[in-house]
Amino acid sequence: MTAALDKDLVGLAPLSAEQIRLILDTAEPFKEVSERPIKKVPALRGKTIVNLFFEASTRTRISFEFAEKRLSADTVNVAASGSAVQKGETLVDTARNLEAMRIDMVVIRHPSSGAAEFLGRRIRSNVVNAGDGKHEHPTQALLDLLTLRDKFGRIEGLKVCLVGDVLHSRVARSDIWGLLKLGAQVAVCGPRTLLPRRIEELGVTVFEHVADAIQWADALNVLRLQLERMEAGFIPSVREYYRVFGVTAERLEKAPRPLTIMHPGPMNRGVEIDSRVADGPHSVILDQVTNGVAVRMAVLYLLAGGKPELADAAKRGGGPGGPPD
Amino acid sequence: MQPLLLKGGRVIDPSRSFDQTADVLVQDGKIAAVGPTLGTPDGVEVRDVRGAIVAPGLVDLHVHLREPGNEDVETVASGARAAAAGGFTAVCAMPNTDPVTDNQAAVGFIVRQSLRAGWARVHPIGAISVGQQGGQLAELGEMVGAGAVAVSDDGRPVASSHLMRTALEYARTFDIPVADHCEEPTLASGGVMHEGLVAARLGLKGIPAAAEEIMVARDLLLAELTGGHVHLCHMSTRGSVELIRRAKERGVRVTAEVTPHHLTLTDRACEGYDTHAKMNPPLREDADVAALRSALQEGVIDCIASDHAPHAYDAKEAAFDDAPFGVVGLETAFGVAHTELVQGDVLTLPELVARMSTIPARAFHLPGGTLQPGAAADIVVLDLATSWTVDPARFHSKSRNSPFAGRRLCGRATLTLVGGKVVHDAGAATP
Repeated sequence: MTAALDKDLVGLAPLSAEQIRLILDTAEPFKEVSERPIKKVPALRGKTIVNLFFEASTRTRISFEFAEKRLSADTVNVAASGSAVQKGETLVDTARNLEAMRIDMVVIRHPSSGAAEFLGRRIRSNVVNAGDGKHEHPTQALLDLLTLRDKFGRIEGLKVCLVGDVLHSRVARSDIWGLLKLGAQVAVCGPRTLLPRRIEELGVTVFEHVADAIQWADALNVLRLQLERMEAGFIPSVREYYRVFGVTAERLEKAPRPLTIMHPGPMNRGVEIDSRVADGPHSVILDQVTNGVAVRMAVLYLLAGGKPELADAAKRGGGPGGPPD
Repeated sequence: MQPLLLKGGRVIDPSRSFDQTADVLVQDGKIAAVGPTLGTPDGVEVRDVRGAIVAPGLVDLHVHLREPGNEDVETVASGARAAAAGGFTAVCAMPNTDPVTDNQAAVGFIVRQSLRAGWARVHPIGAISVGQQGGQLAELGEMVGAGAVAVSDDGRPVASSHLMRTALEYARTFDIPVADHCEEPTLASGGVMHEGLVAARLGLKGIPAAAEEIMVARDLLLAELTGGHVHLCHMSTRGSVELIRRAKERGVRVTAEVTPHHLTLTDRACEGYDTHAKMNPPLREDADVAALRSALQEGVIDCIASDHAPHAYDAKEAAFDDAPFGVVGLETAFGVAHTELVQGDVLTLPELVARMSTIPARAFHLPGGTLQPGAAADIVVLDLATSWTVDPARFHSKSRNSPFAGRRLCGRATLTLVGGKVVHDAGAATP
């Protein structure tokens, strides 16, 4: 049981390679659940989960909600707008109040880095980080890893480049930890204004030019450029960004081999990515979304105490940790 | 007041390069005599302080006492009580109160609260600009008349170079220093910790070293231009040290301070999003700590100041971005400095006493910092033999936000006298 998860999943930085592989392996049998006509297993029956979203999110929130419902958990969604949070309640008070209602798990999205860890230290319920500030978005990186493993059959030795706004990206940080721990080579490419200073010291290569990254990589993860970055002065214009750093079909034609294209969504077509690339034959962007539900099911199942070897059985009716019915 | 004889301690008085075993006689609030085996006048109380250090009371040029405005986290009285417990006989209170201490009446209020409390002396620092808004120069002359010992817009750094120049020029008439929190606001904007590898990993917005150094360079140039005395608060980077070193070689009128936390902690203390490691300027890197230590040793940085910044415990119980900057320091400053710098062979004990008492007193033209007979009896007795564990629950300060909680330290004040009056006595019940 050395690979079992801790109480919370706040990021990939604290996880071992073995724990990451455990989640990916546990996700495999859950993929099939979503392909069934009746998409439900009783693994988390009777468990109460709160989805606590202090930031707007469509894809991640829905993906978590599907994962929870397909595991038969009872779920409540709390959005920051209209809740006590907007009335000035602090994060710690919100958490204590939820815990007082005897919930089992909290899935939290928060604009401040470290918010998930902060919450996890203060409540007994399991905490899953659904994105905290510019820190981590571990389930997104896990679905990226699962998608790469599906495509290449392995992570070790792969060359993966993150293109774009690494500075403000929690996806980038989680990807970097996950990929490095599983033995991939990682590079980043983007305007220097959008790369953290000294990022090389995390063990990644920096490319100044997208063309160079394309020559090197097996796969690109194209990060979303938030349009407010332009207003904040990090880049001169969206038009110039596309011309200098956009992942375009013309640039990809020069690749020595076809590159697998990922994007965490939502995409700005014609800003960081060319539509022909996003919709092209080597894009795995929708596979990422499908895998998102499976890895989130795996994470919730494992945190609830589910045994990995029972994931298959859980699909057929066993509760977490217990033998199959 | 009953005369008091401190008998048999190691007396360290950097103002006279005095360091030997001696007795100190306190009479009528003043130091009456210092010498080996003084006689015992009638009615004198004798305190056996053999094995302890007798030194001029410590002087802190930089504290935030939150009164008026935030009396729930600190008051002039509670801060001055904490100061006494930390061995300080005088502290200088920054003007970023609510309302701002930017006029003679506000300065007089601090003086009055200090006298009423009767613990350590509290010297007010007035604001440079009205409301610390960075615009109109405050009435420096009237504030000095009411008791201000310096001016500063600490907490809201002076962005306008013109205002800084004007303040340095105008302050010359009153012979007071202009103390600056050096921070270039557009570079520091939104930052919550040092811009470095730890910030990159934690996903927190960094404050680059250059944000401080640009303003240090500016202030040094303006001090040179105006002939005014600039005091640079809480220096944190190796680049600032180099700038000050070169300015002092040119004869610029500059003094500078450094905090115990910047001398001992790095940005790694922010790991785990520990909000007790969130302060401004932020904790930097090993190379900065090393440079600050050398600078303090060589006198490039003149003195240690605590930047005591109390906050409510639940304000720090927040995500890192949302927590306020600042830590308390009055009750740990000497212990941290002695443990890390004297036991760590950076400074000798007399050098540390000089940098926490004599030199800061001189920098701001304050009484104290000396055991010269005839001077006011502002004295601290220090026990260097006993180690103790920092327990914020036992602080006299109203606040608990210390980055040193749980640390084992060696060195603390056992007896503090202000004007001959005992304001802290670790051996007795709280006076």
